[in-house]
Formats: sequence, C-alpha cells, structure tokens
Amino acid sequence: MALSYLRSSSSRSANLLKPLSSSLPLRRHISTDTTPITVETSVPFTSHQCDAPSRSVETNPKELLTFFRDMALMRRMEIAADSLYKAKLIRGFCHLYDGQEAVAVGMEAAITKKDCIITSYRDHCTFIGRGGTLLEVFAELMGRQGGCSKGKGGSMHFYKKDSNFYGGHGIVGAQVPLGCGLAFAQKYSKDETVTFALYGDGAANQGQLFEALNISALWDLPAILVCENNHYGMGTAEWRAAKSPAYYKRGDYVPGLKVDGMDALAVKQACKFAKEHALKNGPIILEMDTYRYHGHSMSDPGSTYRTRDEITGVRQERDPIERIRKLILSHDLATEKELKDIEKEVRKEVDDTITQAKESPMPDPSELFTNVYAKGLGVESFGADRKELRASLP
Amino acid sequence: MLGVVRQKMLGQSLPKIRPVVSVLRSYSSAAKQMTVRDALNSALDEEMSADPKVFLMGEEVGEYQGAYKISKGLLDKYGPERVRDTPITEAGFAGIGVGAAYYGLKPVVEFMTFNFSMQAIDHIINSAAKSNYMSAGQMSVPIVFRGPNGAAAGVGAQHSQCYAAWYASCPGLKVLTPYSSEDARGLLKAAIRDPDPVVFLENELLYGESFPVSDEVLDSSFCLPIGKAKIERVGRDVTITAFSKMVGHALKAAEILEKDGIDAEVINLRSIRPLDRSTINASVRKTNRLITVEEGFPQHGVGAEICASVVEESFAYLDAPVERIAGADIPMPYAANLERMAVPQVEDIVRAAKRACYRSVPLAAAA
Repeated sequence: MALSYLRSSSSRSANLLKPLSSSLPLRRHISTDTTPITVETSVPFTSHQCDAPSRSVETNPKELLTFFRDMALMRRMEIAADSLYKAKLIRGFCHLYDGQEAVAVGMEAAITKKDCIITSYRDHCTFIGRGGTLLEVFAELMGRQGGCSKGKGGSMHFYKKDSNFYGGHGIVGAQVPLGCGLAFAQKYSKDETVTFALYGDGAANQGQLFEALNISALWDLPAILVCENNHYGMGTAEWRAAKSPAYYKRGDYVPGLKVDGMDALAVKQACKFAKEHALKNGPIILEMDTYRYHGHSMSDPGSTYRTRDEITGVRQERDPIERIRKLILSHDLATEKELKDIEKEVRKEVDDTITQAKESPMPDPSELFTNVYAKGLGVESFGADRKELRASLP
Repeated sequence: MLGVVRQKMLGQSLPKIRPVVSVLRSYSSAAKQMTVRDALNSALDEEMSADPKVFLMGEEVGEYQGAYKISKGLLDKYGPERVRDTPITEAGFAGIGVGAAYYGLKPVVEFMTFNFSMQAIDHIINSAAKSNYMSAGQMSVPIVFRGPNGAAAGVGAQHSQCYAAWYASCPGLKVLTPYSSEDARGLLKAAIRDPDPVVFLENELLYGESFPVSDEVLDSSFCLPIGKAKIERVGRDVTITAFSKMVGHALKAAEILEKDGIDAEVINLRSIRPLDRSTINASVRKTNRLITVEEGFPQHGVGAEICASVVEESFAYLDAPVERIAGADIPMPYAANLERMAVPQVEDIVRAAKRACYRSVPLAAAA
C-alpha cells in the first residue's frame, strides 16, 4: 500500500528541500520517515493471567501514514461494496468490516507474512491486509475470473496462501480449530511463526473453540485467538448470548488481554506481545473491543437491535481513521490537505478498480468442474442432467 | 439349461476335484498371511517413515497402542511429536487436523469409530472437502480420516452405523472401503499419498482376519489405485457388488450359489467415491443381473446409487430388476437374534441372487 503511494508522490520530492535558515528542523517526507515516536494507547490494557504490555507504543511517521492510507482504503472499499450489493452486482452474503479496520492494520504492523491469519466470513479487509489487491476483492465479490478465488468462492471465501492467509470461512467458529491446526503445523515444522485465529463475540461461545484451545494449551501451540468483539452476534447483543462477555477471560487457564480494537497502535502492541508470548508459552487470547458500522450483513439494516445514537456515537468518539488522523495532525506529520488528498486518491483507486473489475469476465463454464479435487484421477462428474452434462475431473 | 448340465458334471467330477482343491489350498497357505490389522499398521509405518510430514492423531493412538491396536508400536518408533494422543474432542482435533493439512502437513486423523465422526462432520465436509473448490485450487487438503465403520458385534444403535453413503455423496471427498489385507495396505498408502481429503472406512470385525499377501503387496512402494474396483470372483450369471465385510459374505454366497448352478461375479468396490461405474456396468452387461450388498441403511444408500447408475447406463442389458441387500431400515438392536436380522447374512445374498435368476419361489405377499 505504502509503495503505491510513493510512486504517485515522486513529484513531491521537491518539498524535501527546505532553506537551512528555517526554524523547523530538516525533516524527511512522512512517507519515508522512520523517526521513532512514542504514543500512548487510548486506554491501558486489561490482562488475565499475564502481565499487560506497556501503554507506550513505538511508531513512526511512515507507519502512521501507512495506517491512515490502508484504513482509508479499506473503509472506501467496504462502502463501495455496499453500493455494488445494492446495485445487485454482488449476490448472496456480504459482511462488511467498516469500523473494524484498526484490527487488520494494527495486526499486520506487528507480524510478518510468514505468520498465519485465519478469520471468518467478514474477511475483505483482512485479505487486503495480507497483500491481496482491490481488483481481486471486487472481481471475487462480483463472481468474476479476476477474483482471488476465480469467482468460485464469493465474499466469504477469500484466500491468499502465499501470504499465509487461510480464509475466509462461512461456518461460525470453524476457523478457530483450523487456526490451531495451522499453529500445530508451524510448531511441527519448527518455523518459529504464529497463527492469529480471528473470531467474533458470537463465535466465542462455540464448543469447538474450547476444544481447540484445550489441545493448544496442552501441546503449547503458538496459537493466538483474537476475539473481534463488535458486541453483536448478528442481531444478538453480547449480554444476551454470553453469560460472561469478558471474552479475554474465557480461556480460563489461557492468558488473555483486552485491547481497544479501535486504536491501531494498541492492536499493534497487543499483537506484538501476543506473538512473543505464543512462541514461548503457547496460546493466548486477545479481545479486541471494536465496532461495526454496518449491520451483520447487507441483509441486516443494523438498526433494529441497536440505536442510531450508539452508532453515531462510536463514529464520533472512537473511529479508528479519525484517531490516526488526529495523531498525524497533532504531531505535525502532515497537513489536513495532504490527508484529504490521500482519501481522494484512495477513492479514485477504488472507483477505477471497480470499473476494471466489471470488465473481468465470468468464469468459463468448464470451471464448473475444476478444482473439485487436487488430483481428479479423470473421474466423471455430472451436471444437473447427467446425460447432457458430464466431465472428466482433471 | 447350461446350469443343469454344469451341475451334473460337477456332481460326477467333485470327488476327483476335492483333493486337488485341498492341494491348492495348501499352496495358498504357503504364501504369507497377514491380518488386516497388521496390514494397516505396516502401511502407516511405511508412509510415516517415507514422509516426515505424515503424522497420526486420535484418541488412544499413542500410549494405548491404538484402541484396536492398529497403531501399535508407532509411538515408540516415531515419538510423541508424530503420534498424538488427543482428548475426546472430535470437533476440535478434526479441525486441528484440517488446519495442519492447510499448512501442508499430511495428517492421519483417527476416529475411534466413524459414529464419532458426526461430531466433526462439519470439518470433514465444509473445512476439508470443499476448500479446494472454494479457493479455486489454492487450498488443497491432504488429510486422511480413518477408523472402523459399520456394525461390530452387540454394540447397539449408536455405535453401529455405516457412513459410506453419507460421505460418498459429497464432492471433494474420496471414500475408500478396504476388504482384504491387500486392500488395507494398498488403499491406505494411496490415501495418505493423495492430495485430497480421504475418508477411509475400515471394519472392526475384519481387523483380525488373515488374508494371503504376495511379495508385491508387502513391498513398501505398493499402492492401489483409487477409484478402481476389484473383481474378486469372475462369473457369468449374476453380478454381486459389495464392500468391506460384505465382500466376504458375497464370496461365501457365491460358493453356495455355485452348487445350485449359478455362477456369480463378485465385485469388491474398494472405492465408494469415486465409484468404479465402468467396472460395475461392464459386469452387468455380461451377466445381465445385479445384486448390491451393503451393511448400511438402505434408503439413499450405496446400492441405490449403483442401481441408478446401471439403470442409466445399461438398462437394455438388465434381465431382471436390480436387487438391494442392505442393513435393516431400523436402528441397530442389541439382542443377538434381532441384531442378526438387522445385518445382511449370506443367505440373504443367496436368496436375492436366486430371485434375480428367476430360480426362487414366488415372493410372499406383503403384510
């Protein structure tokens, strides 16, 4: 993401030169400036069975700008997806992540592409964080060949194995044992990497989660379970679904940390802490206190089980993008206009990509029968009328 | 007509043939005998030795040496990293197995019986079987789910179900059903090497049975192709398809039928998905009559699929309606006499074959 910004801003290099007599110190452009800055998280961390990490997070102008741009891109992407869905270009299910962007970007800042991430069906932004392109997102949402799953998966089934992103899962909670399996394999292979298995407050009550957590704790797996607590499991508020909505404590013998999920720097600090912990001591739970502006999915207005005041309140007080914007401005790292320009660029990038994605063709009918198996053995498969449509599986 | 002639000839020559047969039998007993249990154990051992990515996971597979001793000695040989005892949490450990397969390891996940696989069935179907398709080829899942399937003896309704039809209906899975030790070795090795999720349905009552195995079968590179049935007994008059334990029943039925002049062809399916439709149809086109035999529930069963396939592909060749022999359409009872009535017996297969050959008395009117 930062790279594309650099390309478009090469003409700004002239701004780097300032007169020596200027009272301001000579400063590098924000997009390359890695001068450390220390910022305090919005709130301290709350911990369970462990010592919480410090509230002071080290960052730098380049990282903050990357956060801003990436989150602005994700925000714009999700809002554009909303319009595409209403225009009936996206079909079926569409679960949007706007409001939760800080979790995706903060996590990526703390880890590498060799660490694994697995999540639920609310996966568009997580996919982008792992290096997926906007084109792959929009093409997949519209069921086109250019999609990350060649149009055969849809909104809930994005994958990017070369960056260790393992989807994209439609069954609530299933991704948690799968994520613990990834962690098992990482330990088995002695890779010294970790897995982040993300799930929601709705999934937090699933039995299989506790089964997988038990095994992970017994076998000391480098598994980090991340509860993205947006406080509503579809239309059911957390207090109606969980006897104990303190999800970071639900691991019992497994340590946990409660994190302000709207603060990208807090997320980064927590994930860094969790990675170090998991590699040495086995599983840990992170509860990200976050919020989704949209309803559960595009079929849910999101206003029958919560008030509009609540939604606007969060937008005004806790929006993750606004937080970073304020941080950048208060540290004088960029001007308001520069940030607005970034948002305009991002909007254009999204619009252009949608136009491009619309050009991508639908999958060829022969793709109906591909990828059923990795090794099809030439076996026969059938269409609805087996006398009319049959194929030999490759 | 020919059958009558054959019968007379057999009757005359039988006293001469018998000693020869017993000599042949003694020749075959000179070949190595191997139990299905040892066949599975040796297959696991060899595949774990050949590929460090293969590991075994399940309840009691390690220190207990396996609930049915299938994994005996493997913990000692490969260590606790590769032979993992799990808690009794099928959903959890099946999901962990699938996740490990996503990353590129080759798990062999054991269910103590496939009845318990229902606790994990979401991971088998939604996490494993469909992933390669949903990801357009990015996420292949080289996992094997194995364990005993179907009826044992006196274990009651919750521990006796056959899952062949359920798993075999799902695209993306491969479903294998070994009968003999050769099948057990060759198919398990093939399953472990295969890059797709394989459901490997064994049978507890077969574990202790011995079968002759050739040197080829004993070689560590031995492998059987997935999707190919084996004609266990060539015949001319009626085709009997079967899998797992029922193959033994079908072969016994064929011996009985032979005395009545009916020459049965017995097909050991070996693979329920992919189903070897071409071998089945070729056989029916030769014999013109078909009996399907399975242990599982009859409705929407394996026999139903085979019957449909034959009706679609070889209708003109059928001289009689297809006969299905299956487990009774009831939960498995405990009492020994009722249990016997709930599972196919050799005489059921014989009776059905005679019906298909129009040799039996008219059926009793339905109650």
